[in-house]
Amino acid sequence: MAIDAATVRRVAKLARIAEDESRLEPLAQELSGILAWIEQLNEVDTDGVEPMTSAEAFPLPMRDDVVTDGGDPARILLNAPKADRGFFVVPKVVE
Amino acid sequence: MTSDLTRLTLKAAIAGLKEKRFSSAEITQAHLAAIEGARALNAYVLETPEKALAMAAQSDARIAAGEGGPLEGAPLGIKDLFCTEGVRSTAGSKILGDFRPPYESTVTSHLWRDGAVMLGKLNMDEFAMGSSNETSGFGPVVSPWRSRASNKPLTPGGSSGGSAAAVAADLALGATATDTGGSIRQPASLTGTVGIKPTYGRCSRWGIVAFASSLDQAGPLAKTVEDAAILLKSMAGHDPRDSTSIPTDVPDFPSFVGKSVKGLKIGVPKEYRVEGMPPEIEALWAQGIAWLKDAGCEIIDVSLPHTKYALPAYYIIAPAEASSNLARYDGMRYGLREGGPALTDVYEQTRAAGFGTEVKRRILLGTYVLSAGYYDAYYLKALKVRRRIADDFHAAFGKVDALLTPTAPSAAFGLGENSADPLAMYLNDIFTVTVNLAGLPGLSVPGGLDKDGLPLGLQLIGRALDEGTLFALGAALEKAANFGAKPERWW
Repeated sequence: MAIDAATVRRVAKLARIAEDESRLEPLAQELSGILAWIEQLNEVDTDGVEPMTSAEAFPLPMRDDVVTDGGDPARILLNAPKADRGFFVVPKVVE
Repeated sequence: MTSDLTRLTLKAAIAGLKEKRFSSAEITQAHLAAIEGARALNAYVLETPEKALAMAAQSDARIAAGEGGPLEGAPLGIKDLFCTEGVRSTAGSKILGDFRPPYESTVTSHLWRDGAVMLGKLNMDEFAMGSSNETSGFGPVVSPWRSRASNKPLTPGGSSGGSAAAVAADLALGATATDTGGSIRQPASLTGTVGIKPTYGRCSRWGIVAFASSLDQAGPLAKTVEDAAILLKSMAGHDPRDSTSIPTDVPDFPSFVGKSVKGLKIGVPKEYRVEGMPPEIEALWAQGIAWLKDAGCEIIDVSLPHTKYALPAYYIIAPAEASSNLARYDGMRYGLREGGPALTDVYEQTRAAGFGTEVKRRILLGTYVLSAGYYDAYYLKALKVRRRIADDFHAAFGKVDALLTPTAPSAAFGLGENSADPLAMYLNDIFTVTVNLAGLPGLSVPGGLDKDGLPLGLQLIGRALDEGTLFALGAALEKAANFGAKPERWW
């Protein structure tokens, strides 16, 4: 399926990546090329095939729902672009 | 003495350290000097000489006390995808900025537990997305190999290009790497080194920056098959912090090296004979078959009918998982923060400035195939094709013990040659990506040089959790190929 510039704009918005208007058309062409190549998957008969979500034969392990780590805000904040008194400082979310 | 120590295999170095023929400080210093003299390769994005010498001193103290682990005193390089406590870890991306993890990845912690010394962090394609190291935020790695035909700079492959170049150029005794679609095996093939992607779940992914979680696996790049076995034995092991880490014991991988391969059944999948494959690769493959036959293996033609659909399925699954995994880079808790004042502007500007072109391309592709209306047609379809591919392998392994294929469809290519066409670049993984989709182990061993003097690799694919058989077969190939070629020093 061919992607147009408007679709790239919408997908970039969903992905939270600012793309310059001038990049939309070239990106649409690149992505359309990749998707056209991917279309060959439609040649494969997958009727009744269970989607494969994991490469493992092992079941996911379960554990008790208890706190096993944490309680160290100083370490958590070590790489924060902005932090204050034990909290991340982020742009205003609610007006 | 200095250059001699860097030319040792890991196995020989460990033995020399144990017998006190040289100290860890000496062999570490030798490597640090080699790294300093090889900055033209751009293999390391961060050299950690002070840490290396401090770790070496601790190793020397343990050796003097008659203690020490299986890797005691051996200096290694670490792909920058592994989080290392207090040491900048970037995944080759500018978006992580000066990120210093407050924790250590499980795989690297195993190496330090066993006495290894860290030389520094190795260059890589950004978030491991690439096959030539050209998507790195720190610029490409230049391969130590050069063609006899020209002096143009060549790729060491990717994404673990820094790891492969460092091992090939004797800038580390071995290196950690990761493989989502071929990122250990393709660089191994292009640099005349040995690389193994173990079974999915063999190595913990905890503390490794995530790209596509259902495909990512760590493994070593090494000078020999035995060195790779020694490293994997340390790196592997169950970790409750990774729910996909397999709760099983780690075999003594080095003990498989040198084991007889007589009577093993080797499958040759006809679908790996692709159009446009250079005749030299075809010839090397035939040579590899002959070597294994000489070693007593039985060669059986097999069919993996869905092979050609692996790469397109991968380019839905991997970008889909990446778009989800990379959502965490939002400028709030670590790394780069750009733009403002509104929250959405910060997200969008941070990600626009921090991610490179290929990473953005894959995030957009992944977001698209997961978006409403396209999920079933693309993502679900790819997951079904993935099962078809895995079923092909299961059927083949009913008849054979391992498969033999070429590792990569070409020798090393020039930097810049394939970077304008994403599809041309993706085709590098045509022989390796099937293994990631099925979760199987794959080992690349150098087989020979092409007419221009560039290395070519052979790939062995095994049953899940049967890396041991791959090490036995890989050692047999290594012995028959008697590769031994090293890049001539120009840097």
